[in-house]
Amino acid sequence: MARVRVEYFALLREHTGRGAEEVHTQAATARALFSELDARYGFPRLPSLKLAINDEFRDWDSPVADGDTIVFIPPVAGG
Amino acid sequence: MDAGFSFSREALDPAALARLLADDSCGALVTFDGRVRDHNEGRRVLRLEYEGYEALAVKEGGRVLDEALARFAIVQARCVHRLGPLALGEVAVWVGVSAHHRGDAFAACRYIIDEVKDRVPIWKKEFYADGDSGWINCEVRQA
Repeated sequence: MARVRVEYFALLREHTGRGAEEVHTQAATARALFSELDARYGFPRLPSLKLAINDEFRDWDSPVADGDTIVFIPPVAGG
Repeated sequence: MDAGFSFSREALDPAALARLLADDSCGALVTFDGRVRDHNEGRRVLRLEYEGYEALAVKEGGRVLDEALARFAIVQARCVHRLGPLALGEVAVWVGVSAHHRGDAFAACRYIIDEVKDRVPIWKKEFYADGDSGWINCEVRQA
């Protein structure tokens, strides 16, 4: 069981109604963690979704460890 | 070599930002203002809001600037992006590049704004005249 911090931005922040939360998870990978949270929140469908762990882009198969900060990154639109 | 990507919650002053790049060895200073437009895809836009994942955005924006400095013969490159609510006409993003000669200054400026828009975790929410609103690039298009 890992305890991680999940941060939400943009439409995921609006959808969940929070900017961040602490999550206790059995998930071994970021992909599995997303599935757990998707089951809880029913995230909106997006054209694509990237992932960051501890403020760096990471692959969805990356392991999730106790104390990690996880961010799901919707399609960006700066400029 | 000086480079930096940063955010601002206050209005940008392009003239003041350009002065940061002053360098007597540089014959070229190319700057780009990205401004808030009153329409998008046929809809009238009233205002917008930017949100950023600041910790990662500053890193990724810095990487874009480092790439520009490595790829092009330029001397300095900076980029500043606004966060929070913006009105029509305001400068949302500013890019400035100084170089000895103009060719690489233009090319680097174009590279930086294109990569920032494509890679840096910043999101834009538009508010429309019909009362609707939406996060840009986040709609799933129906085939």
